[in-house]
Amino acid sequence: MNEIAPFPEVQHQRAVLPEGLTLDCGAVIRPLAVAYRTYGTLNAARSNAILVCHALTGDQYVAERQPVTGKGGWWEAIIGPGKPVDTDRFFVICANVLGGCMGSTGPREEMTDENGVPQGRPWGTDFPTVTIRDMVRAQKKLVEHLGIERLLAVIGGSMGGMQVLEWAATYPESVFAAAPIACATHHSAQNIAFHEVGRAAIHSDPDWKGGRYWEDGRIPAQGLSVARMVAHITYLSEAALTRKFGRRLQGASALTFLEDVFQVESYLRHQGSTFVRRFDANSYLTITRAMDYFDLANEHGSVANAFRATPTRFFVASFSSDWLFPTSESRALVRALNAAAARVSFVEITTDKGHDAFLLDEPEFHRALGGFLAGAAAALAV
Amino acid sequence: MRDGTIQYVAKNMRLDLRLIAEMIPEGARVLDIGCGDGALMAHLANEKNVDARGIEIDMREATEAVAQGLAVIHGDADNDLAFYPDGAFDYVVLSRTLQAVERPREVLRQMLRIGQHAIVSFPNFGHWEVRLKLLLGGRMPDTETWSRPWYETPNIHPCTILDFFALAELEGYVIERWLAVDERGLKAPWKRSVRLANLFGQQALFQLRRK
Repeated sequence: MNEIAPFPEVQHQRAVLPEGLTLDCGAVIRPLAVAYRTYGTLNAARSNAILVCHALTGDQYVAERQPVTGKGGWWEAIIGPGKPVDTDRFFVICANVLGGCMGSTGPREEMTDENGVPQGRPWGTDFPTVTIRDMVRAQKKLVEHLGIERLLAVIGGSMGGMQVLEWAATYPESVFAAAPIACATHHSAQNIAFHEVGRAAIHSDPDWKGGRYWEDGRIPAQGLSVARMVAHITYLSEAALTRKFGRRLQGASALTFLEDVFQVESYLRHQGSTFVRRFDANSYLTITRAMDYFDLANEHGSVANAFRATPTRFFVASFSSDWLFPTSESRALVRALNAAAARVSFVEITTDKGHDAFLLDEPEFHRALGGFLAGAAAALAV
Repeated sequence: MRDGTIQYVAKNMRLDLRLIAEMIPEGARVLDIGCGDGALMAHLANEKNVDARGIEIDMREATEAVAQGLAVIHGDADNDLAFYPDGAFDYVVLSRTLQAVERPREVLRQMLRIGQHAIVSFPNFGHWEVRLKLLLGGRMPDTETWSRPWYETPNIHPCTILDFFALAELEGYVIERWLAVDERGLKAPWKRSVRLANLFGQQALFQLRRK
């Protein structure tokens, strides 16, 4: 863990918006940079755009090789030519969230003052508190910058689903169809608790140095790695862990009681150590906080109020073994949407893969999502 | 009650669903409880420009309906109706399901709270074959309609056409239309007499509203 390859420098495609953005906390970010990728072609009527919102540690490289890790896009299972989100038919946009670390304005980017003057150092922990709604406002600016008034659909899972809900609540006229997947209308006490363990791990790493680790080029690798390991457990189900690893040992067939390593330990360590090479610790702190703050009912009086008389149609999906965002949360969302007389579809996909199932090969989910998007496209004659 | 005896006609829709479709006017707002794969909803949306929503308890069928682009949620009549606002729909449809819900009386109340009209179909336990089998055999009836043994039937609240009239009276519902049909959904000629319908009708179809 001591020899960490430096965070690779990559040029990301960005829209730099000089007018900036006023945040929920009152701070102004100026200019606002939004890193993004697009796939497919925007049609002449500008009516076939689908915005994809990424999860906590995701990024804008949703359907192509990620330039930092070299791995494939995180949602290639559903996005691409002929796939449920068909890039032969739809214009797909994905932006790095505000506060992220893949090129959008965030703790790792150069700090600016309120007049937009660069300060010659990264924001670090001076980056202001952001909310899910701030992330969505930044995306709205990008979408306007691309000349799109109304999105055919906004889709996303986990924190991406929270952004989808915030989009529909904040810009109902700009969202024809919304697909919040494996998410909830607020972060539960348990969700916050797990995040706090991750944050505590980062804070307790001596290399974190109160958030000023960028000063000497080090990163709090140990703390960030532990944060990732804890989080990763919450993304999987007990059944999935048992199926993948059981009680099997790494490189041994029986316990020796001398530095035995279970396969699941080795797997988590690998997850942790690869994560620190692509993700910024201060970004992790900023974004986990944004998720913890998320509470639609608190913003609007009730969840139903957030969607009263909404013109948006919804597709909600949950996964049976997801205990991070359990089906009960999605069902509560569906009931609130029903109370608001919204047009809503809802399925619970049976799977043992836990929260991560939304990223994986789940044919029933893909068919349902594809059908929902096709129906929305047909309704708009796209 | 969606068993192997279902008869399909043009557009792949059960005859009893075609009867229900005939009762629903152009452009209505409809909730179909127990919508299955959404055959009635799709028909109403395509042919009558109806704003159709559905609830289906079977996950596979619900997924099938959603994959067709229909607004269907996985849920059930006993637990999900309470969350819709008053008067959200013109028609609320419950087809061949009333006998399988936990609280039929409450489900009917909810249907007429959230909808102007309720359309309900159910298998008639007063049919002569049911009566005769119980009378002569002394065992729970095993017929084309009531084909599952008592210990595993989902039909926990069977009733007769007369029973349903009595419940409507008790609850103060107005019966706007009713008819008794055979298993394939064909209209039967005994509709002038409730007692005859109760003896010969295999399925009953009612349209109700509040007074």
